[in-house]
Amino acid sequence: MSQQSPAPEKRTVIETQELEVTFQTADGPVFALSDINLTVSHGDFVSFIGPSGCGKTTLLRAIADLEPLSSGSISVNGATAHESRMARAYGYVFQAPALYPWRTIEKNVTLPLEIMGMGKDERAERSTKYLELVNLAGFENKYPWQLSGGMQQRASLARALCVDPELLLMDEPFGALDEIVRDHLNEQLLRIWRRTEKTIVFVTHSIPEAVFLSTKVVVMSPRPGRIIDVIDCDFPADRSLDIRETPEFLEVAHRVREGLRAGHSYDD
Amino acid sequence: MTTEPGAMGLDVSLQKPSFIAVAMAGKTGPVTIVLLVFVAIWYAGAIWMNSTWEIDRFAKKNIDWTMVQLVSKTMQQERPILPAPHQVLVEMNDTIFLKKITSKRSLVYHSSVTLSSTLLGFVVGGLLGILLAVGIVYNTTLERSLMPWIISSQTIPILAIAPMIIVVLGAIGLKGLVPKAIISMYLCFFPVTIGMVKGLRSPDVLQIDLMRTYNASRWQTFWMLRWPSSMPFLFTSLKVAIAISLVGAIVGELPTGAQAGLGARLLAGSYYGQTIQIWSALVTAAILAASLVILIGWIERYVLKKMGTRP
Repeated sequence: MSQQSPAPEKRTVIETQELEVTFQTADGPVFALSDINLTVSHGDFVSFIGPSGCGKTTLLRAIADLEPLSSGSISVNGATAHESRMARAYGYVFQAPALYPWRTIEKNVTLPLEIMGMGKDERAERSTKYLELVNLAGFENKYPWQLSGGMQQRASLARALCVDPELLLMDEPFGALDEIVRDHLNEQLLRIWRRTEKTIVFVTHSIPEAVFLSTKVVVMSPRPGRIIDVIDCDFPADRSLDIRETPEFLEVAHRVREGLRAGHSYDD
Repeated sequence: MTTEPGAMGLDVSLQKPSFIAVAMAGKTGPVTIVLLVFVAIWYAGAIWMNSTWEIDRFAKKNIDWTMVQLVSKTMQQERPILPAPHQVLVEMNDTIFLKKITSKRSLVYHSSVTLSSTLLGFVVGGLLGILLAVGIVYNTTLERSLMPWIISSQTIPILAIAPMIIVVLGAIGLKGLVPKAIISMYLCFFPVTIGMVKGLRSPDVLQIDLMRTYNASRWQTFWMLRWPSSMPFLFTSLKVAIAISLVGAIVGELPTGAQAGLGARLLAGSYYGQTIQIWSALVTAAILAASLVILIGWIERYVLKKMGTRP
């Protein structure tokens, strides 16, 4: 377990201490997360990677205050997770697009703005801006079923972005898409991250995706869900997909794979 | 560029589809066939059931009868056990189109009496059903306390409770439309409650979590997520509700001493053995019920289309 010391000029966005989440089931307690100490700094792109059941989604949900903690604490921008959810401090992208089928793409994107009580004109302005950002201009008046899976997920990304949160939490957003679409969306996401300078926490089970996108890869292991390694990646900000063929990239990917394997070894 | 179909060996695809294939492609063909089979069975039944009495009559008069004579006699009785379809149609034509609407013998008049309490009961029952569903979905105490009563309310036979309602309400001065509407309401809130509880709970976990990440109020979650999600369930329940609302109104008319309404026509018909009158009231009620269900179906299609549902 490595301790993270963020660069002095970077503000801490997320900090967890001795975090534990336990689910009570009929077969006794399940330790979903145990002893999680993690710091995410402003502007970071942090990926959680690990096999299914390692608690990476639970950790993200705990940060979003969608999952109650058993013990320990989370602070988001200096406040508790609950307070930051109340303050709508983050945007959340789920595994599935979770678009509302009776709303057009524009209305889906502006749903959070409507809930916040923003005026109609400003909502339309924001939707135009963020649909353009995710390359969905011209699809404003389409309904979700008229879009492909990749486009729907992009719309859900625009929905998370349009409240302009500093923090973006993404739970395997491209997990259900094929590799070609996923590569394309990864590049777009990187571009958006660079342009908007947001802090992103990203859950994935794909090693190349994690290494390609992140400034920091958090390797997790199951039973109990815990962090076994935090790997820094410092690839140039304007990297393209080609970087995945370079020895530096492969070396980091190898380290991630080693970490995953180490976490798994006791299993067999 | 156009090529000659024959030369390309495409003439097979250009063959006209057979008449039967065309006729059976839409809804009309199959529905017509079912209707024809139904009418044929009805005629057969009418001939069979009414023949005993005719054969007796022939025997009493010592007349040799042929099959043709028998069949034609079975369809001309004034009070047949089972009237033939055309007898019912003639009676319906007389009482729907040829009588003045204000006449006590007009089926239009009786239908409108029944329809008004059907619709009143349906609207009130539908609203009550929705309110109960919202209460149950948002409040677990309400669910535990109300649900058993809601379910047991429907185990009481409506025929047993209807006269009680009429008598009790009559004693406090409520007569005519309202007691019948209450019986309709009693029947039709139930499918709406059950359907709407399911509908309001139909949003998936992610859709609800999304609302939580926006710190949406309960009202916003209801209005922007649960309510629109429940629309398909609402219309399905409303179709059931409006049909049984009509049944409730007719049942409510039976104990009132047969003054007005389709139920009154049924009762009067059975008092005087006027089977043709009973059957034409029955068929009219069935047509009315079907029209109401179809009407709800149209509203459903319109609303769901407005909501952008995949066709």
